[in-house]
Amino acid sequence: MIALLVRDMRLAMRAGGGFGLGLAFFLIVSTLVPFGVGPEAAILSRIAPGILWVGALLACLLSLDRIFQLDFEDGSLDLLATAPIPMEGTVAIKALAHWLVTGLPLTLAAPAFGALMNLQSPGHYWIFVTLLIGTPALSMIGAFGAALTVGLKRGGLLLSLLVLPLYIPTLIFGAEAATRGTAGLSALTPLLIMAGITAGSVALLPFAAASALRINLR
Amino acid sequence: MEMKVDNLSVARGGVPVLEGVNFTLGAGQVMILRGPNGSGKTTLLRTLAGLQPPLAGRVSADPEQITYGAHADGLKATLTVAENLRFWASVHGIDSISAAVADFNLQGLTHRPAGNLSAGQKRRLGLARLLVTGRPIWLLDEPTVSLDVASVGLFADAVRAHVAGGGAALIATHIDLGLQADTFDIGPFRADGVRGRSGQNRDGYADFDEAFT
Repeated sequence: MIALLVRDMRLAMRAGGGFGLGLAFFLIVSTLVPFGVGPEAAILSRIAPGILWVGALLACLLSLDRIFQLDFEDGSLDLLATAPIPMEGTVAIKALAHWLVTGLPLTLAAPAFGALMNLQSPGHYWIFVTLLIGTPALSMIGAFGAALTVGLKRGGLLLSLLVLPLYIPTLIFGAEAATRGTAGLSALTPLLIMAGITAGSVALLPFAAASALRINLR
Repeated sequence: MEMKVDNLSVARGGVPVLEGVNFTLGAGQVMILRGPNGSGKTTLLRTLAGLQPPLAGRVSADPEQITYGAHADGLKATLTVAENLRFWASVHGIDSISAAVADFNLQGLTHRPAGNLSAGQKRRLGLARLLVTGRPIWLLDEPTVSLDVASVGLFADAVRAHVAGGGAALIATHIDLGLQADTFDIGPFRADGVRGRSGQNRDGYADFDEAFT
């Protein structure tokens, strides 16, 4: 399983692997918002946590179709299905690799990008914490969507349509926790609900995604 | 170690393509799977490998003993030859790739990215993967496509060594590999809805034409 994680991360870092693409997209979104909204510092700092969350979510979406599609096209997925690793393990590892090359960099960069939107002092901390807890759910739900659409030619758009509605609960509670935390209110309840969503996704979705993959490989 | 196939029926895309397949593949045995295009060779191999469920009948073999070599080699273009092989080796808990590299004459290529290899070299790398799985039953789908004569010889030697060590191989191929092997013929897919029956030697193309006239 570690070999699979190392391979997926290595592939992401090599040419054409897409590492950094999500991060660059996130930076561009964070830069565009002040141009669109205008330079009022008060408005920007009020909407900053929500915008950062939406930006991170969309950046996460960009690389989802690569999770299984490339392995499906070159035959690796057939071979992985017959390998000693259970399919659920393959799904979980691939979602973890996606998080390490997408979700984690977004989480680390978000506090810095917040400066572009005049994010105020405790906000940096809260955007980091909420993304750290929330982005694993985004990768896992995304892996499930990718498993459903694997094998479809140009399934990327369908994947987005499937996955975005499933992202709504994570977005609501993540952005709410970040907004409340930034405003100095108690953010514990939304934070715990979001942590529950993440824990539930990580526990249950590998099984659903593995079943979807087995059906799609037939 | 034995693969016993009992009255197996397989379907592709919901359409039954083969029924009543019976054979036993024992240790040390090579079986050549022959049949015209579209007769269900790939579907049969995928079913045996456990990638799709059979329509009827059963396959008794431990899935952990089977490795499947498909049309696609499952190689990553941006990883080197050694990295590709080492990945599959460690997935299957094998430490060394040097024997596989030597058997398929890949020594000079280990540091090249797989994407820069020729079609035949890629194929050799794909076949070398079989050796690093350490599994006794090989199910191979057209393994010699894009191989030159010398490489076909390397492949035949690898199969011989594998079965001499107690392994077994079921190979769908159209060329003569010069192996001591049994042949399993499957009939053509019949467009009139009457399924071809397996295990019979007959002139499949005549039947196929008949179905359209």
